[in-house]
Amino acid sequence: MSEGHSALAEQFRDLEQQREASSLGMWVFLVTEIMFFGGLFLAYTVARTTHPAAFAQASRHLDVTLGSANTAVLIVSSLTMALAVHASQVGRRRALIAFLILTIALGCTFLGIKAIEYADKFHHHLVPGSGFSFSGPEARPAELFFSLYFAMTGLHALHMVIGVGVVVVLLLRARRCRYTVQYHTPVELSGLYWHFVDIIWIFLFPLLYLIDIHH
Amino acid sequence: MSTSPTAHTLRHENYLNVSYGVKSWLLTTDHKRIALLYLVSITLCFFLGGVFAVLIRLNLLTPQGNLVSAETYNKLFTMHGVVMIFFFLIPSIPTVLGNFLVPMMIGARDLAFPRLNLATWYIFNLGALFTLYAIVTGGVDTGWTFYTPYSSLYSNTHVVTTIVGIFIAGFSSILTGLNFIATIHTMRAPGLTWFRLPLFIWAHYATSLIMVLGTPVVAITLALVALERVFHLGIFNPALGGDPLLFQHLFWFYSHPAVYIMVLPAMGVTTELITTFARKKLFGYHFVAAASLGIAVIGFLVWGHHMYVAGQSPYAAMIFSILSYLVAIPSGIKVFNWTATLYKGSVSWATPMLYGLGFIGLFVMGGLTGLFLAAMGMDVHVHDTYFVVAHFHYIMVGGAVMGYLGGIHYWWPKISGRLYPEALARFSAIVLFVGFNLTFFPQFILGYLGMPRRYHAYPPEFQVLNVLSTAGASILAVGYVLPMCYLVWSMRYGPIAGPNPWPATGLEWQTPSPPPPHNFDVTPVVSWEPYDFANRPDLKYPAPVPELGHLQPEAQD
Repeated sequence: MSEGHSALAEQFRDLEQQREASSLGMWVFLVTEIMFFGGLFLAYTVARTTHPAAFAQASRHLDVTLGSANTAVLIVSSLTMALAVHASQVGRRRALIAFLILTIALGCTFLGIKAIEYADKFHHHLVPGSGFSFSGPEARPAELFFSLYFAMTGLHALHMVIGVGVVVVLLLRARRCRYTVQYHTPVELSGLYWHFVDIIWIFLFPLLYLIDIHH
Repeated sequence: MSTSPTAHTLRHENYLNVSYGVKSWLLTTDHKRIALLYLVSITLCFFLGGVFAVLIRLNLLTPQGNLVSAETYNKLFTMHGVVMIFFFLIPSIPTVLGNFLVPMMIGARDLAFPRLNLATWYIFNLGALFTLYAIVTGGVDTGWTFYTPYSSLYSNTHVVTTIVGIFIAGFSSILTGLNFIATIHTMRAPGLTWFRLPLFIWAHYATSLIMVLGTPVVAITLALVALERVFHLGIFNPALGGDPLLFQHLFWFYSHPAVYIMVLPAMGVTTELITTFARKKLFGYHFVAAASLGIAVIGFLVWGHHMYVAGQSPYAAMIFSILSYLVAIPSGIKVFNWTATLYKGSVSWATPMLYGLGFIGLFVMGGLTGLFLAAMGMDVHVHDTYFVVAHFHYIMVGGAVMGYLGGIHYWWPKISGRLYPEALARFSAIVLFVGFNLTFFPQFILGYLGMPRRYHAYPPEFQVLNVLSTAGASILAVGYVLPMCYLVWSMRYGPIAGPNPWPATGLEWQTPSPPPPHNFDVTPVVSWEPYDFANRPDLKYPAPVPELGHLQPEAQD
């Protein structure tokens, strides 16, 4: 049945082999992403172990309300993405399109809130560099904290931008009826990527925002 | 899928003549054409890196280093290292031979992701262009290791541009590894089980694991150095409480396994050469396969042996020392098993075999001196001396480049459909071996006597050995230029090779040379063990020497 399908690339025997290769490729890619972020998480661990007090103090300058709101937004977006994948599996094209649009909207909301936070840090001179100012005895390690904050959330935001782009492409193709019950691998694999980016944030949020929350 | 050498001429439709024009090459998704695109790119990079090597060796002819200033010398050895490591050695065998052979050896029509494969070539070239831009606008002087805080705070050279180039090229490496892993897992021909795979495939599988696990780490590390220079982030900046040593840990977490990215594929090539030209089944197939994975895994646990004198804890150093010794076990297994394969084999001295045997000899030299360096006491004595320089050149140039050239010769009849001039090729293999040893053996002595690396001048008593080394480098250069000349010549004038000139057992030899666009007219079904020369009466024994090519009816076209 699957042979001769228009989505079957010529190097594969059948759609099953193609799906298997593609999803293995995606999982391997996600492993490389874990190693990519892993370098930053290691740097964070080393720096926070060396300067625990400064990190706690600097962490208080992050907006927990906006951070929590963003966490909620991302978790809901993972739900809508999962529903989009399910819709593609059962061949409900209009539901697929609706959930993809919702996912895009939530992704953009996240990026919007993130932009507000970044602007706020900029106004309060918390961006590393010559303009950095921080009151307190541990101003230098605090600058290190904000270095990590911008590196980690910045890289995450970059992945969000790419993710939104990917979902936009899915949406355009879904509108042209490219995905069927037999062939919907791209939706599934983009879903994996989206959840991965979501999980990165689930780790970033407590590590950056909630260090000193009990005070 | 005929195996008769007379059944095909170069007139048959193959990947070279199926379409013509620049566009058919630049937009190709055929893994064989992409391999040739890579061959052009990395050969250019090799000769660029070679130019820096020549200038370094010329400068070291005299103790006071008359040719270039100290600052220029710093840039020369940095750019030699950057170009050779990131733009030649790491991509060399995987992107040229691996791209060409992985699908053919497993009986597939192409890699799993052909368009991604083409994209890696463009990504690689983009990275190379960034680096080239950094070079022509003044170069970079940090050493290829980019140690902080010099690279992040003090160097006034083109660090960011170079790092961007390496960062971009890294994604080419990651995606190539990803492609190989997905291909080897999902696209093997019917009957081709894991333990029927050629060892070349096992080696590339192990290499791909390192590429996908290690490269992202060095990518983020170098990115942080660039961010530190541009946006004043402070992760490696001691003034902000950052940790410059963290950079070394992260850098070597990739860059030590990177050595195995260079040498594992060369080991895979060597295994193919040794079995074919000893006409024997590989001794201890399972052990050699497991040794590839073992080297890949242990390779990730030994990075601290680069940092014995950098201020890491002595207990960490002890653990790293013990783990570094462990690498000798799988490496030793490979060497012993190649040797055992030769024992009572029907050995012929074809050019690829000369490279294969050369690889074993030089790899043993490089490997054993690596054990010297893994010992902490010895390392403190020879750290950052020419002993280290000689050691890693034995592994990288003696090992990886010998393997690369051996593989290029062995599969050249498959790639081009024609044979190269055998006598000249043997001569140049010997020139290469002699030139190599003359260049780098004196450096072991220099290092042991205490000549530090990365200085543009040295005390006069070291001059004799340095002159010897430079003389060797000139011979070595001849050994590199000769193959390029006669291989290019043979593309047009070499005798027709036929599908299986050696003859060997791999699937890649069961299809015409050059292969048709989709490699196999009929998907092969594998029912035999690898390297089973004894049970393959269709493959004539003893091995016909390559001159056979002349005896074949010359081009029935």
